[in-house]
Amino acid sequence: MNRYPLWKNLLVVAVIVIAIIYAMPNLFGDDPAVQVSASRQNTVDLQLANEIESTLKQAEIPYKGVVLEENRLLIRFSEANDQLKARELIQQSLSADDYIVALNLAPNTPPLLRSLGAKPMNLGLDLRGGVHFLMEVDMDTVLKQTLESYGSDIRILLRDKTIRYTQVNVNGDVLTFGFREEADRDAAIREINREHNEINAVIDENADRPTVAIRLNEATVRETQSLALQQNITTLRNRINELGVAEPTVQQQGQERIVVQLPGVQDTAQAKKILGATATLEFRLVDFENDVQDAINGRVPANSELFYHRDGRPYLLHKRVMLTGEHVINAASTIDGQTGSPAVSVTLDGKGARIFSNITRDNIGNPMSVVFIESKIETQIINGEEVSVRRQLPEIISVATIRDQLGKKFQITGLDGTTEARDLALLLRAGALAAPIDIVEERTVGPSLGQENIDQGFASVMIGFALVLVFMIIWYRVFGAVANLALAANLVLIVALLSMLQATLTMPGIAGIVLTVGMAVDANVLIFERIREELRMGNSPRASIDAGYAKAFSTIADANITTLIAAIVLFGFGTGTIKGFAVTLTLGILTSMFTAIVGTRMVINLIYGRQQRPKLSI
Amino acid sequence: MHLLSKETNINFVGIRKFALAFSAILLIISVYSIVTNSLNFGIDFTGGTMIEVGYPQPVDLGEIRTTLEQGGYEDAMVQNFGSLTEVLIRLPVIETENMAEISNQVVALLQSEQTEAIEVRRVEFVGPQVGEELAEDGGLAMVYALIGILIYVALRFEYRFAIASVLALVHDVVITVGFFSLFRLDFDLTVLAAILAVIGYSLNDTIVVFDRIRESFLKMRKAEPLEVINTSINATLGRTIMTSMTTLLVVLSLFIFGGEVIHAFATALMIGILVGTYSSIYVAGTAVLLMGVTKTDLMPPEKDDGEEVNPDGSQV
Repeated sequence: MNRYPLWKNLLVVAVIVIAIIYAMPNLFGDDPAVQVSASRQNTVDLQLANEIESTLKQAEIPYKGVVLEENRLLIRFSEANDQLKARELIQQSLSADDYIVALNLAPNTPPLLRSLGAKPMNLGLDLRGGVHFLMEVDMDTVLKQTLESYGSDIRILLRDKTIRYTQVNVNGDVLTFGFREEADRDAAIREINREHNEINAVIDENADRPTVAIRLNEATVRETQSLALQQNITTLRNRINELGVAEPTVQQQGQERIVVQLPGVQDTAQAKKILGATATLEFRLVDFENDVQDAINGRVPANSELFYHRDGRPYLLHKRVMLTGEHVINAASTIDGQTGSPAVSVTLDGKGARIFSNITRDNIGNPMSVVFIESKIETQIINGEEVSVRRQLPEIISVATIRDQLGKKFQITGLDGTTEARDLALLLRAGALAAPIDIVEERTVGPSLGQENIDQGFASVMIGFALVLVFMIIWYRVFGAVANLALAANLVLIVALLSMLQATLTMPGIAGIVLTVGMAVDANVLIFERIREELRMGNSPRASIDAGYAKAFSTIADANITTLIAAIVLFGFGTGTIKGFAVTLTLGILTSMFTAIVGTRMVINLIYGRQQRPKLSI
Repeated sequence: MHLLSKETNINFVGIRKFALAFSAILLIISVYSIVTNSLNFGIDFTGGTMIEVGYPQPVDLGEIRTTLEQGGYEDAMVQNFGSLTEVLIRLPVIETENMAEISNQVVALLQSEQTEAIEVRRVEFVGPQVGEELAEDGGLAMVYALIGILIYVALRFEYRFAIASVLALVHDVVITVGFFSLFRLDFDLTVLAAILAVIGYSLNDTIVVFDRIRESFLKMRKAEPLEVINTSINATLGRTIMTSMTTLLVVLSLFIFGGEVIHAFATALMIGILVGTYSSIYVAGTAVLLMGVTKTDLMPPEKDDGEEVNPDGSQV
């Protein structure tokens, strides 16, 4: 009765051993490192690694090693000082547009553990320092812009159909057209609804004159919002690459918000400027009459400019801009109906379509290009003072031959695959109407405070843990010692699980662990008090142990399940920081059930199980 | 070592009138304070900007206030945070185009008055809209947690136990929040998390007592409900005190060594644990008694009444 079968003992031992292995990487700390990753189509490879190594050797900067991981190169140092010097050096030796050079920390996990997939926990921004931004896309403006572009479309439509309108207004989410005659109004409604199924045109009952009220229908609103959000996420990702952040996070949160996390970033003013920059698009004709090679050598024709494609190829483009991004309503990747190959379908607004149609009519058979222009804000030192300079970075994202006179809707074909089509569509949208974006929440933690938080968090866990250990030994003697073993195992299990899940540890997360340490002994207290009670009733020691565990079980389960309910609700409603607390609390409850019930029983059985009439030290 | 060397037999339920009066006084003070004083909501809920800066030497808060006033930040609250060299500045929501830039402007302003570099330790900016949502979500979380618990306890025990446990929880939450209101302590997101943790913890305590009450009702067939409840509270007393002690120990360690950022969180937990322990001894049991739970309410229907059960629970 007081013996576990062998398999159960082995199971407990196996769980603990696995937990120790996966918790171990957290003991080894980090090396300061410089991370080099490629921007866009570049790759990092062994050759680059060799180049960097020889650069470092020449400058006599000692480094511990260079690791090539997927898409990034990590160079480890033993001193933070060497790391800073090396970053400067590497930055100078590599082209800033091709590679992102950032400071990072490289976990010092021994190769044996790494080969088992064991990694240390991620530290949250409050522990490692960095910025957290919550950005909100101004959806009212996005919808207004969309309505306005429909407005210019409808004007052209009405003019074509010779329906005369008096005035056009956008008010909130309604676009109104005024008319002199009711007949005109009714005709307009018919025409608008026939032409556009994304919007609803109805009679405006509140107006004193004949008026048509036009609203986006629900599906269009949803689609517009989700496109605006996607577009912003793409542009934010591109811009963050320029900040040189090692492990940035850009994530959608809800319907209109984006979370941006930049570990290690200190200059928040600079970060805000870069994130707030805008991008534009230009459609230009390609100058194929002059030689590109001449232009590269410095002989650029007067009416042309030299541009580079994303893939590096040079092109000569006419200086005259056919069309800018503000006329692009939408761009989506699709499949070309005729050839079945990937394509991007572009929709222009009414005015844009007219300009475009005129130019393309005269240029059938000629190549046309789309230039994506990103405004970068850079800090330069001029006369000893730091000055922010806006630099424009143009880049060709598409060159295509005009096959036909193009109008409101056209397709860009001849793309390499669906990925290219999707990227191109995203860039077109990103450069089109820029959806305004605001920072609605910021949480910045400086590096020294982060380290302090780690130290204080660690100290409070350890001291709390030690106090509980002492307390339990005094109260329950041998049984207390067994409970302490379980508590230690519980701590290891939590850390192992957090590491395996690659969860992010935050300060509230540490608080959750501390609280778990306090509450984890509860199960053992319940069991031990029961055993004492059974002993007082005159039951035999072995029967008491058995009854103690059996009777306490349902109480422990009830008590823990109710706490779990609270923890899960916390997880569901909490934002980042609160979630961290909920995660560790939940994990702690689950692991403590295992260690406090199964774990302690195993040890108690090993101590007392073989004795016929043991004397319990409780 | 035994905390309670013999089986205790304290008449907890017998002094229920005093306990009820005590709880009532605490509740009245808490509600009164919450209504009149409101809470000292942190920027998590009100929106605004909070900046923690570190100076190389101890600084005069008055000078910082003057600098900020001259810079146009009249509503700035300035206080030391943890040490004399660290200063916490709090600004309410200022309606401008770029609310997120305010922190950078304030830091630049403070730096202009100093020759040595000041260190920006922490910046928190919460837009008014976000603050409102956080407050709303927090309130909802509390309500959903209580409903979830109500359902679980009703299923596992009986509806009167569920009501009693939720009453005890509301008691604990109101008094903890009241404490924060009365002493004008900062009420931010971490305090809200702590209160939800207190709900979990205090419930844990209450469930253990209820579990014993249920068990005792089945064992002590001839006893009056009052006696049964008293016996159960006494039987679990050692555990209640022991667990509260260990949890208090670690929370105390968090309070002392966890740093300034976690102070409010640890305070809320401490108050909550104390109140929660008190309520699971004095309030929860009394509530069950007042709602008139009898042993027939807890009888498993399939069990035959003819079975003989001795007072010690052994069956013959």
